[in-house]
Amino acid sequence: MGRYVIRRLLQMIPVFFGATLLIFLMVNVMGDPIAGLCGDRACDPATAAQLQKEFGLDKPVWQQYLIYMGNVFTGDFGTAFNGQPVTELMASAFPVTIRLTIVAIFFEIVIGISLGVLTGLKRGRPVDTTVLLLTLVVLSIPTFVTGLLVQLLLGVKWGWIKPAVSPEAPFNELIVPGLVLASVSLAYVTRLTRTSIAENKRADYVRTAVAKGLPRRRVITRHLLRNSLIPVVTFIGADIGALMGGAIVTERIFNIHGVGYQLYQGIVRQNTQTVVGFVTILVLVFLLANLLVDLLYAVLDPRIRYA
Amino acid sequence: MRGATHAKWAALATAVALAATACGGGDDSGGGGANGTVSSSWGDPQNPLEPANTNEVQGGKVLSMIFRGLKQYDPKTGAANNMLAEKIETTDSTNFTITVKDGWTFSNGEKVTAKSFVDAWNYGAHLKNNQKNAYFFGYIEGYSQVHPDKGEPTAATLSGLKVVNDSTFTVKLSQKFSTFPDTLGYVAFAPLPQAFYDDHAGWLSKPVGNGPYTVDSYAKGSQMVLKKWDGYPGTDKAQNGGITLKVYTDNNTAYTDLTAGNLDLVDDIPASQLKNVSADLGDRYINTPAGIIQTLAFPFYDPAWNKPGQEKLRTGLSMAIDRKQITQTIFQNTRTPAQDWTSPVLGAEGGFKDICAASCVYNPTEAKKLVAEGGGIPGGTMKISYNADTGSHKEWVDAVCNSINRALGNNKACVGNPIGTFADYRNQVTQSKLNGPFRAGWQMDYPLIQNFLQPLYFTGASSNDGKYTNPEFDKLVNQANAETDTTKAVGLFQQAETVLKNDMGAIPLWYQNGSAGYSEQVENVMLNPFSVPVYDQIKVK
Repeated sequence: MGRYVIRRLLQMIPVFFGATLLIFLMVNVMGDPIAGLCGDRACDPATAAQLQKEFGLDKPVWQQYLIYMGNVFTGDFGTAFNGQPVTELMASAFPVTIRLTIVAIFFEIVIGISLGVLTGLKRGRPVDTTVLLLTLVVLSIPTFVTGLLVQLLLGVKWGWIKPAVSPEAPFNELIVPGLVLASVSLAYVTRLTRTSIAENKRADYVRTAVAKGLPRRRVITRHLLRNSLIPVVTFIGADIGALMGGAIVTERIFNIHGVGYQLYQGIVRQNTQTVVGFVTILVLVFLLANLLVDLLYAVLDPRIRYA
Repeated sequence: MRGATHAKWAALATAVALAATACGGGDDSGGGGANGTVSSSWGDPQNPLEPANTNEVQGGKVLSMIFRGLKQYDPKTGAANNMLAEKIETTDSTNFTITVKDGWTFSNGEKVTAKSFVDAWNYGAHLKNNQKNAYFFGYIEGYSQVHPDKGEPTAATLSGLKVVNDSTFTVKLSQKFSTFPDTLGYVAFAPLPQAFYDDHAGWLSKPVGNGPYTVDSYAKGSQMVLKKWDGYPGTDKAQNGGITLKVYTDNNTAYTDLTAGNLDLVDDIPASQLKNVSADLGDRYINTPAGIIQTLAFPFYDPAWNKPGQEKLRTGLSMAIDRKQITQTIFQNTRTPAQDWTSPVLGAEGGFKDICAASCVYNPTEAKKLVAEGGGIPGGTMKISYNADTGSHKEWVDAVCNSINRALGNNKACVGNPIGTFADYRNQVTQSKLNGPFRAGWQMDYPLIQNFLQPLYFTGASSNDGKYTNPEFDKLVNQANAETDTTKAVGLFQQAETVLKNDMGAIPLWYQNGSAGYSEQVENVMLNPFSVPVYDQIKVK
């Protein structure tokens, strides 16, 4: 187990370097960002040159990358164009997005798995058909439509929530945005769980458990659900990274000043430091979430062992 | 069924949580009357908030609240009136003696003196301070020493600035510029307190100025709380207790918040909401002209676009654009078809005049004729370049192309050429890489006809991106700048504009209006000629 974890952590190093290098190149390919800083008029050449020097943009890309990576290892993620250190932006954005992700994952687990178990056990019954239809509807509506609709109805027409989340973004204000963000994944989780449960219901070990006269509740939670969760856990694990990075739409609609917002600003302003910094962290989150998922397999199914 | 119970619990939890959210919040409790606070939408400023480094609207909003300069532009007429200036005197349009009024202080108690200005201008002009508005000091003698085009600065201060005594300083310009005093209302010319130089980082995190408001708290990227400064010595004291500027990720969300009653003021109505705005806000919707003009610039650096006789082609293209229809259908009348290269906010006295006349009016038959006489469109197809990331540029560029294609009876005459980001677009523009007309916009720095013509069309000027050049135009601008009589100066600028019209150096499209909306809690809301709300005059009911 320990050796497996170490091996996986070592594997992350090339992935990490490759990913950051790719992002670095992609942002650089868009050209010189200084031109956008002066608005609809040209920067005077002397000031532009001075700014390029300050942000290290006057050097060749490979050199910029090496310097950047060197700085990252000392915890220095550079400076955004408005003079704020990127680490400061991260300190304000990541907690917000993490809270939003927690809310979204919570809904995925609680609602998604419950509905999945319910429909899986009652396959073909009206409950199953209704939930299947509902998930189909949710899957086919893009997040921005759901988001705007929910915002209009709950925020403006009925006044149940504030349409915009305050800068502090406490948990209670993030419930609705979190639900919107989770909606599509939630439908996937429901469907995955349903299929898995329905399949395993006829498995030998479930029949054995029932034949042993175990209480129904124990059969479902300990035997059926635990074994059916492996594909679901894989999905949710991968989703953690996707939700954090993909929150751009939801964060824009509900005025959440999180990672999505900072990334959007960074891309629009071609701020290499911001974009690379944030994506670097997201890559790490993604890799760690995947490792966690792989380790969870062993907990769910003792037959799986790591060498 | 067990599963069902789970689902029920989840549903119940959601309902409870929803109810909890509804009860949360409630941070605005400023109270009414003169102490009531106003909440307003804001965008994250792109640059650090320093007077000489702020060249966009969002940062400008803050500076307009916490700073007062030598002059102040009247929010209604745009006229430059003395604010901190007791008097500005000159006999030759080159040497100016400026006297600063007594009794003004910064909100930290420091006195505003002649030195506060001179030091601030020297700071703004110096190359090593990276100030994006440095070129505003380019008219002052010694600028090329502190801000050379290449290499290191050879002087630390502008030789044209001299402090005479506590309340007087002199400015020597490197060329005649009769309307120079009127430019001094621009924020780059604001005075700075000693605290700015002593603790620069500290000042940036909480700027200190001499305006009607002070910064109470500033959470970068999310909100700034400004409080009325009770010790403000000026006559334009704040009529409310303070302004809370809230950063919105999207102006659609800000608008939604306004309609839900959570926000008092939105100064940028999103294009997609223009259809609903009258129904939603009624007479709480403001749509007034601002000093912004949009034009199509031509690549005069490209030999294909710089042949003799092509002024007919350019004029023909101008006449092929149905400005009236586009401003109505695409912009819902938030733009006004252009008649010249300036802006209506200047007024007739300031130089606004229907100079373009018939050349800016849709006339397909004449357009077709002129384009043919001008040698036709180079290469048969022209691409109009624009940045696709912000503004609704795609819509109007496509409409302009459609209009041109229809007028010329040629489906291939014009196509749009979107460029991904604003920065990339500006890159291609400044490096003269575009080989067709491109979108150009100009927001005035100060309400002077000079500001609409010289930076854009003078040979080698800072924003002359198309590299237009005409010796006649340059000569008239120089004459106008040297003319001490304002009316005569404006007349000379208009003559220069006629030269520009005959060349059709750029096609004027439309003037942009400022659009804003406000809640029922506030009144006396207006936009100044820069389309920035006049925050200090807003009253809370």
